[in-house]
Amino acid sequence: MSQHEITVIINGEKHTRKIDARTLLVHFIREDLGLTGTHVGCDTTSCGACTVSLDGEAVKSCTVFAVQADGATIETVEGIATNGKLHPLQEGFWERHGLQCGFCTPGMLISARALLARNPKPTDDEIRHGISGNLCRCTGYNKIVEAIQYAADKLRADKGA
Amino acid sequence: MIPATFDYHAPKTLDEAIALLVRLGDTAKILAGGQSLIPAMRFRLASPEVLVDIGRIRDLAYVDERGDHLAIGAMTREHALEASPAVAASYPLLLDTAKVIADPLVRNKATVGGNLAHADPANDHPATMLAYDAQIIARGPGGTRTIAIDDLFVGLFETSLEPGEILTEIRIPKPAAASGGAYLKIERKVGDYAVAAVAVQLELAGAAIKNIRIGLTNVSPIPQRAKAAEAALAGKQPTDDVLEAAGQAAAAECNPSADLRGQVDYKRDLVRVLTKRAVRRAIQRAQGGRP
Repeated sequence: MSQHEITVIINGEKHTRKIDARTLLVHFIREDLGLTGTHVGCDTTSCGACTVSLDGEAVKSCTVFAVQADGATIETVEGIATNGKLHPLQEGFWERHGLQCGFCTPGMLISARALLARNPKPTDDEIRHGISGNLCRCTGYNKIVEAIQYAADKLRADKGA
Repeated sequence: MIPATFDYHAPKTLDEAIALLVRLGDTAKILAGGQSLIPAMRFRLASPEVLVDIGRIRDLAYVDERGDHLAIGAMTREHALEASPAVAASYPLLLDTAKVIADPLVRNKATVGGNLAHADPANDHPATMLAYDAQIIARGPGGTRTIAIDDLFVGLFETSLEPGEILTEIRIPKPAAASGGAYLKIERKVGDYAVAAVAVQLELAGAAIKNIRIGLTNVSPIPQRAKAAEAALAGKQPTDDVLEAAGQAAAAECNPSADLRGQVDYKRDLVRVLTKRAVRRAIQRAQGGRP
């Protein structure tokens, strides 16, 4: 079994670690780096609780080997607030009750952020399609869609201001 | 779930990758986007001793219009198809397909080449590329060769790629004027494989169907064309009776197995209905001026 030294930038910080080839990115993030905001849900590439941003694209980190991410820039839920101020998406989930148990929320936030980067003014339908790789078993999704619309409005207002 | 142990190589060039594959033989497996392979390894359905990651090879990700065909690099992510103006303008069957593969997160990582080389009849691109009469470019120790899509799939998860060969590009012939295509998929939920799906690409001559190719998803052990249905439509005007006959032909010639997604009779009937609908949609698009 080969071992590899990898270097990644996570949430702006550079980390170098030696890992086994079979180490999954989600386990590297949670166990090697201690960033447990990224969750393991289904373990089968279905639920999206492990979603992280990998070089700007939202991906399921349970379905990427950490060694594939060598040299990559990664963002997890821990990195989306700035200087203690919640990201408009986090604020939206708070204000519009976009979560109940919260397990899917880190993945939802990362997916939603990538969605809004591609499409700053999505319709509700586009949001539903955009987060269709993220499962929530509590909310019925309506509140999540409202939360993302809240953030989309706020981000556009911030940009316009 | 943790995969079994393996050695990992990330060659920087195709030549280096091919040399590795030749040296390692059967023990090695190519890692592209990993969205099928990594789950299979986690379930221990696959336990390759060595992975050769082709994700670090430059210039394998592109969607280029080149005269008489659309060239798609093997490492092109599925999302890039959804975002491609060329695909949106001239390849509606491909766009239909790209939008329903797995889910948006998987599509950010999954590759077109991997989807085909995996040769899973449940994958969506095989049927679509069969309908397009695509060509596959493969490079191996003996050089580069072209494989007709009809000759690519030889068994369940088995292609005609030789040991040491890497699928590098997919070429879709540019549709003629008055052409149209459509992909219709029934899935239980986003992210699941198709219960059944039908890919149609056709060309009209006046009110009649001049050429047509139909591919079927997840209703046979090997990705297959619905040749009897094609024969029932070619040269004909698509009346309700002709469409029904074609749908019934497709239902009869596929070979689904019963599983959690449905019984055999149900899947055959889905193929019948989806074939008719996909042909209708392809005709609408052909008439609407979308190639």
